[in-house]
Amino acid sequence: MSTQTASQIVARCEALYDDLRFSAARDWKEAEPGRKVIAYMPVYIPRELIHAAGMLPLGIMGGGDSLEVIHGDAYYQSYICRIPRSTIELGVSGRLDFVDGMLFPSICDVIRNLSGMWKMLFPDVYVKYFDVPQTYIDEIGGTFYTGEMRELLHDLEKIAGRKITDDDIRASIEVYNENRKVVNELYALRAQAPWKAPASEAYLVLRAGLLLPVEEHTQLVRDYVAAASAEERPIKDNSRVILTGMFCEQPPLNLIKSLELSGCYIVDDDFVLISRWLLGDVPTDGDPVHNLSQAFLHKAMSTAAKYEPDQEEKGQFLVRAVRDTGAEGVIFASTSFCDPALLDRPILQNVLKRADIPFIAFKYAENSGQMQPIREQAGTFVDSIKLWSAA
Amino acid sequence: MNTKILKAQPADVLKDASMIKQKEMMAKHYDRLTNAPTSGAKVASTFVPGNLNELIMCFDLVNNLPEVNAIQSGLRKQSGAYIMEAERAGHSEDVCTYVKSDIGMMLKGNIGPNGKKLPNPDVLLLSYTGCFTFLKWFELLREQYKCPTIFLQTPYMADGKVTPNMIQYMVKQLKDTVIPTLEEVSGVKFDIDRLREYLKKSAQAEDDLVYILQTGKNKPSPIDAYFGGIYYIGPIFGAFRGTDDAIDYYRFLREEVDERLAKGLGPVTPDGPMAEEKYRLVVEGPPNYTSFRQFWKMFYDEGATVVASSYTKVGGTYDYGFRHDPDKPLESLAEYCLGVYTNRSLPMRIDMLTDYIKEYEADGLLINSIKSCNSFSAGQLLIMREVEKRTGKPAAFIETDLVDPRYFSAANVKNRLESYFQMVEQKRSGKGVAA
Repeated sequence: MSTQTASQIVARCEALYDDLRFSAARDWKEAEPGRKVIAYMPVYIPRELIHAAGMLPLGIMGGGDSLEVIHGDAYYQSYICRIPRSTIELGVSGRLDFVDGMLFPSICDVIRNLSGMWKMLFPDVYVKYFDVPQTYIDEIGGTFYTGEMRELLHDLEKIAGRKITDDDIRASIEVYNENRKVVNELYALRAQAPWKAPASEAYLVLRAGLLLPVEEHTQLVRDYVAAASAEERPIKDNSRVILTGMFCEQPPLNLIKSLELSGCYIVDDDFVLISRWLLGDVPTDGDPVHNLSQAFLHKAMSTAAKYEPDQEEKGQFLVRAVRDTGAEGVIFASTSFCDPALLDRPILQNVLKRADIPFIAFKYAENSGQMQPIREQAGTFVDSIKLWSAA
Repeated sequence: MNTKILKAQPADVLKDASMIKQKEMMAKHYDRLTNAPTSGAKVASTFVPGNLNELIMCFDLVNNLPEVNAIQSGLRKQSGAYIMEAERAGHSEDVCTYVKSDIGMMLKGNIGPNGKKLPNPDVLLLSYTGCFTFLKWFELLREQYKCPTIFLQTPYMADGKVTPNMIQYMVKQLKDTVIPTLEEVSGVKFDIDRLREYLKKSAQAEDDLVYILQTGKNKPSPIDAYFGGIYYIGPIFGAFRGTDDAIDYYRFLREEVDERLAKGLGPVTPDGPMAEEKYRLVVEGPPNYTSFRQFWKMFYDEGATVVASSYTKVGGTYDYGFRHDPDKPLESLAEYCLGVYTNRSLPMRIDMLTDYIKEYEADGLLINSIKSCNSFSAGQLLIMREVEKRTGKPAAFIETDLVDPRYFSAANVKNRLESYFQMVEQKRSGKGVAA
């Protein structure tokens, strides 16, 4: 049990978040000869496979608002979102020179094409576009996904120079089950007592999970939940809202703080979605790759980057989240030029209208600096929620 | 066969015989579509890349392509109003204008290019091939039309190869979900021999298409493989692949092109035959449709012919050898989807454009970057630099949009093109490329 306070833990997480040379991951790699680091982009990668190979999975969420993009802009037109350009900046500036492999999940055409760009720019690094099924039938999407995971395993074995056994994967699944469990506890605390675990803190705690070994992160989350639960903080007259649309390019920390300052308790969100992508435990008996596939197909988060085969089910995840957390409204915060989020938004808004759930929408970029308009919009939203609920 | 330049069109636009024939085919198809409610024909909406026209025909369904409808709206200067209608309904200014043109058209009564109402689809065949937006587009349409939606995922060719896992995935989808649902919607039993027959016809037309596109290697090129190429690909990328009409059209077109070739003539432009071929270009990216003729004019006024383009490969990369194969019908449909241009990795696209510049002896590469098409546009600046490096030929970059007139700035595009042609001249005269 840690003796650290919540703010001490958050301070450590913030230092990790600010460190764009990824010193923690570099230190991990240098601690023992032969260690490898495999980086990945949003939204989801089966990190268990990387862990099972004895490697460190490293989440790259772009460069945030503190990275000056000098080279990256030369690769993209003005109408492309910011995450690929800041990620290229991280690459060409040498900040990722210790990374042995880079995985690009199937999320949108920009990240997809970035996988090819990475191959051209960094020919000595292992690069893989990780395709996932958008059909969720076992014999179809499941078989394909299992095949893709086996191909990834094969590549990882080559990099690791050793065989990855089923027992290795089972052990890693167990470790990640534990991590998901504590992350879910953190979300439960936020939904129950958001004044104890503000979103701006929880976000930093989650972001640390992209940089640290999973075992260390699990303990860190556990310590934060314990410390935050024990601390008394004043309850504010805020409204409970859900934040959605931030599944890829992450918001600047100031944006989250601004929403809180404007009177929002963010009781659920889709930040760093990989940490909660799989719902519940993945079984550790039987074929572990099959188990990961089953979890992906049948027990995974909904997000705009996925196809929803059932029209009736479309957007219901948001309605359920509102009910489960007692939220009073939804804020659609989408990255500028984000096809998945912005194309999905009108459908989700129609679902909320039918469920009589209020919402607002705005756009941001990872380096958005002007928070005043967002604060005013969110503040007005919160005021209107209070007026409605008082009526 | 009549191959001479035919009559002037109402707006003084010259078209060659094949263009008129193509226009008639398209008009006939739109009549078939808009007559569907009275003829009793059922309609399947689907996309150009990953278009399974042969399979759709096996179920007597009429193929409706929302992208082509958006293009037609663009050419008719209607898309701007449709897009704004969609934006008023809550769609972001940032996203694909094909989608917004389609949705705006739907909100305005779904009037097709023949002035008649397009029918609601009986089924949405979501062939998710090379473009993420497709996935969301049909979720949006499904919400409105409330009809069955069939999903077919084409894995991305990220590593430049087709793996057995990819083919098996696609064939399994075709067998287990696509075909049974098409049977259910249409009430027609699937007949694989019927599919084979259509595929055989597809391959025949594909041979002629490749021949035609490759005449661009001649000097002068008898075709414009971008602006003219859009007419050429219309039937085979749309509702005619696998039909006798397509075979007839491509044979007719081939003979027409052969005649120009024999006479040493260049392509026919809206203002008449090209006078002199001064510049030979390879173009990457889709065109702008709202100012299509004006855009084309900026090229032919300067004596620039597009000898090869990537856009004419979005509905199939036949010049790289692929043909629909009646001996392996479902696998062949899978391979077709996997190979379309937008499903190819960035390194593959670079290789292709580099090959085109060399094989077609082009003066350089021009990229028309489309604001609302991330599938094409993301990475094009790297493509430009890499192709330039590999070929030693100058490359240039212009920005427009597919069907949103707000993003076509004629003066800017013209300036950039003129500068580019100067660069080509300097390169030719050995003075290097201007900064």
